[in-house]
Amino acid sequence: MRRAALPYAVAMPPETEGAPLVLEQVTRRFKIGKRVVAALDSVSATTAPGLVIGLIGPDGAGKTTLMRLIAGLLRADSGAIRVFGTDVAAAPLKVQGMIAYMPQRFGLYEDLSVQENLDLYADLQGVAPEARATRYGELLHMTGLAAFTTRLAGKLSGGMKQKLGLACTLIQPPRLLLLDEPTVGVDPVSRRELWAIVDHLVRGQGMSVLLSTAYLDEAERCDEVLLLHEGKLIGAGKPSQFTQAMAGRSFQVRAANMSKRALQGALSRLPGVTDAIIQGAAVRMVLDAGIHPGIVRESGLTDAVITPAPPRFEDRFIDLLKAKAAAAAIAPTTSAKPAVAARAPAAQPGMEIQVSHLLKRFGDFCAVDDISFTVARGEIFGLLGANGAGKSTTFRMLCGLLPATSGSLRVGSFNLRTAAATARGRLGYMAQKFSLYGDLSVLQNLRFFSAAYGLTGAKRNARIDWALREFELAPMRDATSRDLPLGFKQRMALACALMHEPDVLFLDEPTSGVDPLARREFWQRINALADSGVTVLVTTHFMDEAEYCDRLVIMGQGKVLAEGTSESLKSACRDETHPDPSMEDAFVALIEADTARSAAPVGAA
Amino acid sequence: MPRRVLALIIKEFLAILRDAKSRMVLIGPPLIQLVVFGYAASFDLNHVPFAVYDQDRSVAAQDLVAHFTGSRAFTEVASLKSDHEIKSLINSRQVEMVLVIDPRFSRDLLTGKAAPVQVIVDGRNSNTALLILGYANTIIADYSQQWAATHGLPSPPAQLDPRALFNPNLDSHWFIIPGIVALLTQVVTLLVVGLSVAREREAGTFDQILVTPMRPLDILLGKSIPGLIIGLAEGSVIVLATVFWFQVPLHGGLAPLYLGLLLFVLANTGIGLMISSLAATQQQALLGAFLFMVPSIILSGFATPISNMPVIVQNLTWLNPMRYALVIIRRSFLEHPSFTSLLAQYLPMAALALVSLAAAGWLFRKRAV
Amino acid sequence: MKAGMLMRLRGLIRKESLQILRDPSSIAIAFLLPAILLLLFGYGVSLDAKHVALGIVVEQPSAAAASFTAQFSNSPYFAPRNFPNAAAAQTALSHETIEGFVWLRADFARRLAAGKSPDIGVYVDGINANNARLVENYVQQSWADWITSQADLAGASNPLPINVEPRIWFNPAVSSRDYLVPGLIAVIMTLTGALLTALVIAREWERGTMEALMVTRVSMHEILISKVVPYFLLGMGGMAVSVTIAVFLFGVPLYGSLLVLTLAAGLFMLASLGMGLLISTIAKNQFVAGQIAIITTFLPAFILSGFIFDIGSMPAPIRVITHIVAARYFVSILQSLFLAGTVWPVIWPNLLALLLMAIFFLGVARLAARKRLD
Ligand SMILES: Nc1ncnc2c1ncn2[C@@H]1O[C@H](COP(=O)(O)OP(=O)(O)OP(=O)(O)O)[C@@H](O)[C@H]1O
Ligand SMILES: [Mg+2]
Repeated sequence: MRRAALPYAVAMPPETEGAPLVLEQVTRRFKIGKRVVAALDSVSATTAPGLVIGLIGPDGAGKTTLMRLIAGLLRADSGAIRVFGTDVAAAPLKVQGMIAYMPQRFGLYEDLSVQENLDLYADLQGVAPEARATRYGELLHMTGLAAFTTRLAGKLSGGMKQKLGLACTLIQPPRLLLLDEPTVGVDPVSRRELWAIVDHLVRGQGMSVLLSTAYLDEAERCDEVLLLHEGKLIGAGKPSQFTQAMAGRSFQVRAANMSKRALQGALSRLPGVTDAIIQGAAVRMVLDAGIHPGIVRESGLTDAVITPAPPRFEDRFIDLLKAKAAAAAIAPTTSAKPAVAARAPAAQPGMEIQVSHLLKRFGDFCAVDDISFTVARGEIFGLLGANGAGKSTTFRMLCGLLPATSGSLRVGSFNLRTAAATARGRLGYMAQKFSLYGDLSVLQNLRFFSAAYGLTGAKRNARIDWALREFELAPMRDATSRDLPLGFKQRMALACALMHEPDVLFLDEPTSGVDPLARREFWQRINALADSGVTVLVTTHFMDEAEYCDRLVIMGQGKVLAEGTSESLKSACRDETHPDPSMEDAFVALIEADTARSAAPVGAA
Repeated sequence: MPRRVLALIIKEFLAILRDAKSRMVLIGPPLIQLVVFGYAASFDLNHVPFAVYDQDRSVAAQDLVAHFTGSRAFTEVASLKSDHEIKSLINSRQVEMVLVIDPRFSRDLLTGKAAPVQVIVDGRNSNTALLILGYANTIIADYSQQWAATHGLPSPPAQLDPRALFNPNLDSHWFIIPGIVALLTQVVTLLVVGLSVAREREAGTFDQILVTPMRPLDILLGKSIPGLIIGLAEGSVIVLATVFWFQVPLHGGLAPLYLGLLLFVLANTGIGLMISSLAATQQQALLGAFLFMVPSIILSGFATPISNMPVIVQNLTWLNPMRYALVIIRRSFLEHPSFTSLLAQYLPMAALALVSLAAAGWLFRKRAV
Repeated sequence: MKAGMLMRLRGLIRKESLQILRDPSSIAIAFLLPAILLLLFGYGVSLDAKHVALGIVVEQPSAAAASFTAQFSNSPYFAPRNFPNAAAAQTALSHETIEGFVWLRADFARRLAAGKSPDIGVYVDGINANNARLVENYVQQSWADWITSQADLAGASNPLPINVEPRIWFNPAVSSRDYLVPGLIAVIMTLTGALLTALVIAREWERGTMEALMVTRVSMHEILISKVVPYFLLGMGGMAVSVTIAVFLFGVPLYGSLLVLTLAAGLFMLASLGMGLLISTIAKNQFVAGQIAIITTFLPAFILSGFIFDIGSMPAPIRVITHIVAARYFVSILQSLFLAGTVWPVIWPNLLALLLMAIFFLGVARLAARKRLD
């Protein structure tokens, strides 16, 4: 039936007939300030039908531009794009009839309810009225929004909005689905659900999917991967091809008399080591090509136990990007900076943040339900949880942006809602949603926020220089910040929050949408800050990042479900099916148990 | 001034002026408007089309008609043969007045009886109608005096000697154009200030400001000073154009004018900030600004005199800064007002500015922190 | 295909209507502002000078002076106040406590009796030229009446040989309310038509909802239609409310046909919506869209439409400009329909102009609206 809808099939060259996507020498340039930058530079590719294609690349690689070109929202400067044989430039409306596209920032109508948003997109996509009930049911289940259909979209949490956008896009499975970072800010449980749905659509109905993502474990789930870097296609193939190239280069390292952080720090400083990250109780190490793991012992870590580990897609990604960076003669910041030294975990006395019996109601909905925790000075404290668990609400109350319904909270010795303005000078806050001045350039934003925090003169200039250097924003300094790639926006927001060297940092999903390389650097920076006595409260949906936290709580539906170190949380859920549970396993187990618990009384009634 | 306030001001200007479109919108249209409206907004009548239905056809009647056609205010467009034509001409708005000269006109004139002349005007625009009648009356009175003099009739026992103070030619541009100074200054100030907080709230940047050590007073200053500067700059440009383009005399000098403008812009800034802090979205802010602006223009005496309004409405106008601004600006242009004579205008406007700014500051605290 | 389009349109229109209903500000602009404006104009904001505060300075009381000043105390147009001397009256004038004064000098009675035709000083505050002129006219009228009655008393022939009979058609009471209120309806509808639509589309660009809309099967004209329909209804609703208030609360006559009124309002609304759509596709940002909308639609509707200021008296270049102001045609139709009746010679050219403007602006808006981001 789908093939019948191709009137031009005869005229097409046989090899491209029915190909969901053909890119021929696609080039697109933009002006940033006075420079002209090629967002895409003669990209060519052809994809086969019925596959999930991953579009992977660091921040600013040109992923969003490519998606917009395919969707007919932008015109290519040169080259051609064909979707199922139809030229996008010639017949955009026809192409738009065959695709569905979820933009990175899906524009929900915030003054419409969840149900009304779904209805609108069902109407726009032409979903038959009789088919709607079941479709809605599936999507609401996947997104966990079933209980919130009457809530206005503007009042959903960040992740819930993202999921609703996804539901609106998926409401009518198209022939080609374009998803631009669909899982940014989505919790692991929902991500599993999302992949189940995508798999179902692809395997069951032969849909083709092009998806960009910052989660490289998701890249491994794709059938094929296109690797973009600075507008050029630098690799294409099955994920396994990428990982195979890394065979024999990944290892797990344990050292009995050393903390995992110290070990990671030592390893990442070793020449010849591409990458070293904490994984569970051990450190995962990737070596440069042709380097023997013996170098670890030679370097003095004599009691290190090194076991080979299966290569991952992420290893190849880091490897490729580092090679690129070296080739471009820009020393990668990671290796240039002193890596994280051994960190005394949370040694300093005194409680920097105290929350007890905190409660927040919106109308009769309890968003934060009687939670208590404390954070010590110099501690990295993680707030994990499902979408809509109340993390951002807690953050906003701590920062004094929202009054608590009841309970008490202290940051330092203040309640920021009532404390004098100067007390806020000790605090840095990075909101979940990008909230810097979109009309202003990067530099103008940095200037403004440094002054807003009371920095002046040489100090201020030094900090601005630091931010531009540290976050690699210098080439973008004059770009209008609204038009920045997501990853750069996040970096800039973090730079603004750190500008005045605060004592307490509130970071609401700082790494969402940021590429793996930048995330590593980010965490090194946070570790260094915590070492110097800065207290960090952070949320994330990257479970591997939980390992960086000294302690964490996992929240669900406004309540604290579990609290402890990542080790204790993982061991708490160890059972026969999960002999060595990952953080994600622990998280999913906790959230699912919680959902089951809250669903139980309903089922019984 | 604290550095942070300065930073906020700079940021505010960048946000408005960095985008070419919004830059243009601030500068170009107000000037074009001043010119267009300056010429358009006038109560003076020129070339009013009229028809004559002369049933007398005497020399005296033709002489009277010549008085009308000779005046700048009237242009004869038709001469009628029957009174059916009157209706269709007026109905279709081809003429605004018909001069009907009675068959007995010259006879009565000669015999000393009051000679009848009918002036029919289109009352759809009552103001124009009254003005036309006034003009017609003056022309006819002129004519009759002339006639009386040449025919040896007694002259009227007493003469009127009308004088218009401050605006001897009764040029209504001199009235309206200074009014436009106030009007455009208000529009620009209210919009710039009114949208500024709402825009930040929509974008989430307001939260980001609220977590910095800035105090509500800093934010208030940082938000109002750009509005003040832009409003004053806009006002100055328009004043310049008024003086040099429209040649309206500026008798009173700059000092009373600028004191008035300053207070006026301040009051508008306060009101704009109040609207802005109440509004959740830009749309609400903009429409809120409108909800204030439109009645404020109408109840200011810009086009319709306050003294014509009922007492309740007149009392309402005491709350309208534009009311005071108009008096100050007009008098600064056309008179030599002393500072004390304008005090009655400055003081209430200063009070309004103070109250509105304070209220805005309070609303900031209440809504935001 | 057809069914799909209907479904899309229905969905979009429903969305748009829900958004209108949820935002108090759009309801306020459509219904509250008209009500406020009509009340203000209906209850007294007017150009008519009634009860003009007129100063009277009689330096030397006499029977003649008394008979002259009696003209003013007996007139409904004046609220006379006595002043001992001209200086006091002039001070009052510059403080705007009076709008003008009449000055009978000390030698008035003597010169009158001697047949030496004394001058009567009439001073008006020229700053408000319009009002000054009206006051002057009133005074002149009273003076002429006085001369005539003096001549009658003396049995002498009237020194003013011509008797002017004024006839004011359509609005014999010359109430400015009756002509301002219809004009106001045009101003009000400009607000809902152009300003509100300009804002809502710019808002979609700003919030990123446009991008999500554009990649669906929706075509650009479906998006435009879905904006036009609800705001058209809203504007017409506002108009209905305004007309009802005008006719039933203020007793403004409505001589013309209601059908023609609706037709004209519909066309005007379409033209305004076209302007609004055009503005927002150009501006894509609420701040700029709002500014442009005010400057190109609202203020011209106020000043260039003939609502308050007489178009015929404007200089020729400005008269040309008024031809691209849709409100001009609508105001003309409204004033005729309300005060004169369905006068086809006035109505059809204006209707035609409105039709052309509606087609033009909607057409240009359609051409300018692209389903693309760049
Ligand atoms: N203003 C509001 N009115 C009503 N409900 C709200 C409001 N703000 C937030 N909520 C609700 O409170 C709950 C918690 O939201 P919050 O933003 O804190 O979640 P979160 O844990 O940060 O989620 P995410 O991981 O998606 O960012 C959600 O159910 C959300 O819909
Ligand atoms: Mg959140």
